[in-house]
Amino acid sequence: MKLDAKEPAGELDEKWTKYRSTMNLVAPNNKRRIDIIVVGTGLAGAAAAATLGELGYNVKAFTFHDSPRRAHSIAAQGGINAAKNYQNDGDSVYRLFYDTIKGGDYRSRESNVHRLAEVSRNIIDQCVAQGVPFAREYGGLLANRSFGGVQVSRTFYARGQTGQQLLLGAYQSLSRQIALGNVEMYNRHEMLDLVKIDGKARGIIARNLLTGKLEKFAAHCVVLATGGYGNVFYLSTNAMTSNVTASWRAVRKGALMANPCYTQIHPTCIPVSGDYQSKLTLMSESLRNDGRVWVPKKVEDAKAIQQGKKTGLDIPEADRDYYLERRYPAFGNLVPRDVASRAAKVACDEGKGVAPTGLAVFLDFASAFERYGKSKALSAGINNPDKATITKLGKEVIEEKYGNLFQMYEKISGENPYEYPMKIYPAVHYTMGGLWVDYNLETNVPGLFALGEANFSDHGANRLGASALMQGLADGYFVIPYTIGQFLSQEIRTEKIETSAPEFEVALKETKAQLQKLIDIKGNQSVESFHKRLGKIMWDYCGMARNAEGLKKGRQMIRELRAEFWKDVFVPGTADEFNTELEKAGRVADFMELGETMILDALDRNESCGGHFREEYTENGEAKRNDEDYTYVAAWEWDDNEPIVHKEALTFKNVELKTRSYK
Amino acid sequence: MNLTLKVWRQNNAQAKGQFETHQVVASEHMSFLEMLDVLNETLISEKKSPVVFAHDCREGICGTCNLVINGRAHGPQKGTTVCQLHMRAFKDGDTIVVEPWRAAAFPVIKDLMVDRSSLDKIIQAGGYISVNTGQAQDANDIPIGKDVASQAFDAATCIGCGACVAACPNGSAMLFTSAKVAHLGLLPQGEVEAEARVQSMVNQMDEEGFGMCSNTGACEAECPKEISISNIAMLNRQYMASVLGSKTGV
Repeated sequence: MKLDAKEPAGELDEKWTKYRSTMNLVAPNNKRRIDIIVVGTGLAGAAAAATLGELGYNVKAFTFHDSPRRAHSIAAQGGINAAKNYQNDGDSVYRLFYDTIKGGDYRSRESNVHRLAEVSRNIIDQCVAQGVPFAREYGGLLANRSFGGVQVSRTFYARGQTGQQLLLGAYQSLSRQIALGNVEMYNRHEMLDLVKIDGKARGIIARNLLTGKLEKFAAHCVVLATGGYGNVFYLSTNAMTSNVTASWRAVRKGALMANPCYTQIHPTCIPVSGDYQSKLTLMSESLRNDGRVWVPKKVEDAKAIQQGKKTGLDIPEADRDYYLERRYPAFGNLVPRDVASRAAKVACDEGKGVAPTGLAVFLDFASAFERYGKSKALSAGINNPDKATITKLGKEVIEEKYGNLFQMYEKISGENPYEYPMKIYPAVHYTMGGLWVDYNLETNVPGLFALGEANFSDHGANRLGASALMQGLADGYFVIPYTIGQFLSQEIRTEKIETSAPEFEVALKETKAQLQKLIDIKGNQSVESFHKRLGKIMWDYCGMARNAEGLKKGRQMIRELRAEFWKDVFVPGTADEFNTELEKAGRVADFMELGETMILDALDRNESCGGHFREEYTENGEAKRNDEDYTYVAAWEWDDNEPIVHKEALTFKNVELKTRSYK
Repeated sequence: MNLTLKVWRQNNAQAKGQFETHQVVASEHMSFLEMLDVLNETLISEKKSPVVFAHDCREGICGTCNLVINGRAHGPQKGTTVCQLHMRAFKDGDTIVVEPWRAAAFPVIKDLMVDRSSLDKIIQAGGYISVNTGQAQDANDIPIGKDVASQAFDAATCIGCGACVAACPNGSAMLFTSAKVAHLGLLPQGEVEAEARVQSMVNQMDEEGFGMCSNTGACEAECPKEISISNIAMLNRQYMASVLGSKTGV
């Protein structure tokens, strides 16, 4: 299959402007006749549904949640990047573009990333106009902070709840369009199949989760904004119901899954505490602005901490290894996520971990308390403050900046982070891979679009902090409203798509049969137990570090698990009622197929890049890329026996491919 | 720790519900919802139907989880959602009573899960700023004082869980509604539509079957995000001003 990215011609910084001004339009009278389905109501989906509604299209929006406001975008903490250069610190569209390409380890598409950097500025404008209460300075202007992998301050934030505030902004815009009748909202509806007519995406089969009834919905095109698939690992920072089902059902209908092995393991999460654990909680990367990461230099100190005989406070300064500052002096604690995560793993593998499990490192704010405390004392006119006063004042500053995060940490861990250094460990957080899309965000299935984390396009092999919110909103507010016209302008003579078409009936029957099959197995093991086992296989063999032998073993184990699942899973109740176990069963079944594809992708990529770290390919302990053979996007076509890889070569005309160095 | 759970079971809004008693062995490090996961895995292994409860992010921000625990919305810990509540807040041997939100505007769907779409309707009635994508000026064109921005932010942290309604003896949604009215009304961008907004949101609130506010303050006490009751005072002021000054004379 030839993958055409449809990148517009011209110089990089002119592509989007020229393309946008010359692309085909759909006249208002025709927009009224065109139906669009948007699945998912997170940042990308809600922004797209609201904006397409404003433009005059008939939009039907779907979420499996009880309200569009529950989407997991809400949990994003730290911030959103934009090349505003409000801090006068040398930021620009080009620099944001460059940082993102480099941060992604040169595995993303130049033209898409540059467009992202361009529209980043409009996003902040739009959100402020919607009433998003970003942090501000005393003069009333917007405040910024830094995130990993960059040397400027371009991150806008709303305390540690930036995702919440941005999502509420999008949700409110969506609510307005619902009230105006431009968007029809379907809550508690889960997409279970994509319907294609003559090769084009023309609708979906969705299950009304409250009644169990399968319903048919038709449209001229379908937009998926259904998020990432981190829950394939069972334990992740994703919400409990985040899943790959909508995307995966599209893959089963011919869409390609691109770079599935690129998984972001976030370095700062609250460590696992027991087998019962259902999810992991992130501690925002913004904390690395002020927190210093360390482990004891001596293994015996680490052992004492693990056994509860010592705490971090008992280790003198000279016996601490601030390993990020030591290994990466140029970026220090603010190295990108993949680098920080691997370094934590290395430290723990050496036996220097600091939790009972041996899997944690310290994130310490003591020096920030001191730095801020001194400055606060000075501005408050306190001369020669003692150490206690400085620490107290410093803690107040930290509380104002990260109060809700510290509170969350204490609630979960039961330990006060103002007194003891935080313990953190890497956890699955984000998936850079996703449905393959071209420059228009259209998949290889005509009329099927993918936005936000559901697509693969902008983050390469590693996403920089505060860029997910940027991409979700860029796609939803400022890209799809234009690019969808390229497809729809060719559809103005197409009659209304009716659900009476035979393709809908076929898809409905297939979906019904699959649900019944799950119910009829009547085995002995719970859905949850299969999900846990799948997650363990993925984490052990396709997690932070991978090798060919382990990957092959992992694939075999997943195949066996799949077979066992379809023989022995137990789903209580029936398919014709509200049944949360049945919902989960379908999602876990999809995760198993996806997991296998991730492993194949990781096996195919004989190099280390970004979040994909192959133990066989390293140089001086750092990841070693192979640009000659692997500068491509791997897009997988699903096949039950042997998925097939298709390749889109990546060409870099504006940046030089270099070994990524943060030293 | 060994616990006795009295859990509300109800098939649907029309059905009559009742408490069911279960014994659960939990660890103090578990979250409350993880303890319910343990119960459900046991029920499933006995081929029984699991207890339905709403939950999603499990980090206190999506607003999905909603349980009344021992008579209190979101349980005993102040400023904490159920998903952030950990078992260390309970003692070995405790009996814990778990119920759904109980309010006229929140019909029970099943067991502990209720329908809160009435809250969405209130937002749809005016809980937004009418700005289309692409219409915005530069984000720094209108400076907003740090204090005002911070106050707006405090109101905007509402997670829409409905604990205020569940805690209120009248089942009123005043704290929820006022938080949005205050968040938007405080900002220069939202001030333009403030009068129309407060009227239509309050009207919608009545239409959805929420009760009247009688200033008991229960909402503020149980709000997991500690939204201040002063937002209600702000709503009342705005509402009175809009009614008295209104051309249509509502």
